[in-house]
Amino acid sequence: MIRKMSFAEAINLAMAREMEGDPNVCAFGVDVKDHKRTFNSGKDLVEKFGSRRYFGSPLSEAAATGIAIGAALSGLRPVHIHARADFMLLAMNQLVNMASNKRWLLAGRLKVPMVVRAIIGRSWGQGAQHSKTMHSTLAHFPGLKVALPASCQDGYSLLRSAIRDDDPVIFLEHRWLYFLNEEVDDELAVPLGQSKVVRSGTDVTIVACSWMVVEAMQAAAILFRNGVEAEVVDVRTVTPLDDPTIMTSVRKTGRVIIADYDWTFVGFSAELSARITESCFSYLKSAPVRIGLAPTPCPTTRSLEDEFYPSACDIVRAAEKILGLVEVNLAGEDFYTYQKLFKGPF
Amino acid sequence: MYTPRSRQEALAIYRKLFLCRHGEEAIIREYPSDEIRTPVHLGVGLEGIAVGVCHALPPTAKSFGQLRNHCQYLALCGHDPRALDAFFAELYGKVTGVGQGRAGSMHLAWPDGGLVSTSGIVGSTISLAVGAALAAKYRGTDEVAVAMFGDAAIEEGEFWESLNFACLHKLRVLFVCEDNDLAIHTFAHQRRGFKSIPDVMRGFDCHVFDGDGTNVLKVIGAIQTALQLQAQDPRPVFACFRWFRFLEHCGPNTDFNAGYRPKPDDAILQALDPIANYELWLARNGYDSAELRVVRDEVIAEVERSIAAAKAAPYPADLFKEVIS
Repeated sequence: MIRKMSFAEAINLAMAREMEGDPNVCAFGVDVKDHKRTFNSGKDLVEKFGSRRYFGSPLSEAAATGIAIGAALSGLRPVHIHARADFMLLAMNQLVNMASNKRWLLAGRLKVPMVVRAIIGRSWGQGAQHSKTMHSTLAHFPGLKVALPASCQDGYSLLRSAIRDDDPVIFLEHRWLYFLNEEVDDELAVPLGQSKVVRSGTDVTIVACSWMVVEAMQAAAILFRNGVEAEVVDVRTVTPLDDPTIMTSVRKTGRVIIADYDWTFVGFSAELSARITESCFSYLKSAPVRIGLAPTPCPTTRSLEDEFYPSACDIVRAAEKILGLVEVNLAGEDFYTYQKLFKGPF
Repeated sequence: MYTPRSRQEALAIYRKLFLCRHGEEAIIREYPSDEIRTPVHLGVGLEGIAVGVCHALPPTAKSFGQLRNHCQYLALCGHDPRALDAFFAELYGKVTGVGQGRAGSMHLAWPDGGLVSTSGIVGSTISLAVGAALAAKYRGTDEVAVAMFGDAAIEEGEFWESLNFACLHKLRVLFVCEDNDLAIHTFAHQRRGFKSIPDVMRGFDCHVFDGDGTNVLKVIGAIQTALQLQAQDPRPVFACFRWFRFLEHCGPNTDFNAGYRPKPDDAILQALDPIANYELWLARNGYDSAELRVVRDEVIAEVERSIAAAKAAPYPADLFKEVIS
């Protein structure tokens, strides 16, 4: 069945379907049971499934992660929920020293089928500690899978795949995605490790993840009006990484802009840039270009936020530079559209 | 204090104690040949707690440990020849080891026998035990989860988070603290802002026990009482047992000559030795030395067979098996 729904509803539907289908699926996190229900993604889940299966936890992110691991080792499929991706840093010992290597250390004897859902903070004034993505850091460690949906459909389908997966999956949901309202096919399965060409083009490839896919599509629309056909690839999962889809696109266009929602230094965009250069060298008409967060901690004031966060504008300018085009007048364009939608508090 | 219900049980306890001791002594003997190339944190002196706790556990218990895990492994699983072989093979880094050579001494596990996971980061499996207990409560079963750790683990934040969560949810966890007063070379009074571990634990909503870990029968008795109490009044148990670490923190030697602690007199060392203590009890209760020698000879034969099998086994060649993709 195909139905239009918000991103929150898509996440909510995925959780409900998985909890209905498997009695071992449960979820917990700080304040997940409150009246706000993690931006409504947890709506009605306590009411439907009870507080044995959907419950709040104390402010103990490290032990809560270990508890999820222990429960997963015992046959449950726990989903641990963080209101902000930055809080996963409190749990790094458990995520990296424990969850990531249990399967490999005993050569497959144990498995850790858990999901950690975390919201990437951007609303207004979130600042340095409520704005990270963590995908580059966590994907760096062998043994963790990392997924970032960029649409309502993927919010639904990728989360279901993550919960079905027998390995630990970090599932990162950008806060601004929660404004989206799109069609979702509840029978469409999307496996982890499969990127998607969300817009076909011939002139330049834009590889993006999470919110930058939305920005890339806005940039592609502007470029189209100015005679440029951009191909947009939504990465979807950092690990496992879908090299073939990305490389096929780059070989087709010969030019690539990597738009990552992260710092470029030692980040996922550096990995993509290296891989593209290594395997598409003779196809490249120009060097890969990387766009990401400004190399500073995240500021809270609006004027600096606009400099810190990359947008469709930066992607358009990068495309013009790569293609040797004159910069078009972007005065009429509405950038940071979703920033204008946000009205607080959190 | 526990009294074994039969001669068979009394000798079974002795067998487990001696298996732990002889297993560690064999490692000490073999280590200088440089074929065991993993850091070993040996449990000479820890046998009373490891055997005592494991002997009292129901067969469905799920145990978790830290890096000083050899006695816990052998006490829980060492009677199974496959587990014994996999133990030594792992230390020798062979493909027949518990982790096919990948895990080493600090990550030993034998999930089929109840030892789910151990870890080299002090205290890091404590929350996993709480998760296992949560899973048992979730399913409505009465399985118990056991977290064994040294006294230094109590200084880690994850311990308090785990204890708090377990008490809040009334989970059937046994938190077992193996208290030897040392964190590597630093004494408790140099690390601790409180006087008594049991007193602090009594501030939490759990059952608290503490006692002498050099006496295996006292440990069995305490854990049995704890489990019965927990069955009637479901709350975590915190049990603290004192023991003496005979060897250095990591490695096969003693290190009294390093100077951070004085070497006790032989008489005191004897009194701190759980095997010697139990042999005294056996002697006073009608078990003669010939019977004990039979047990020891069997254990020695098994251990030596296991070590020979480990030495003969091949090394692993596949680094990439079980890598996520």
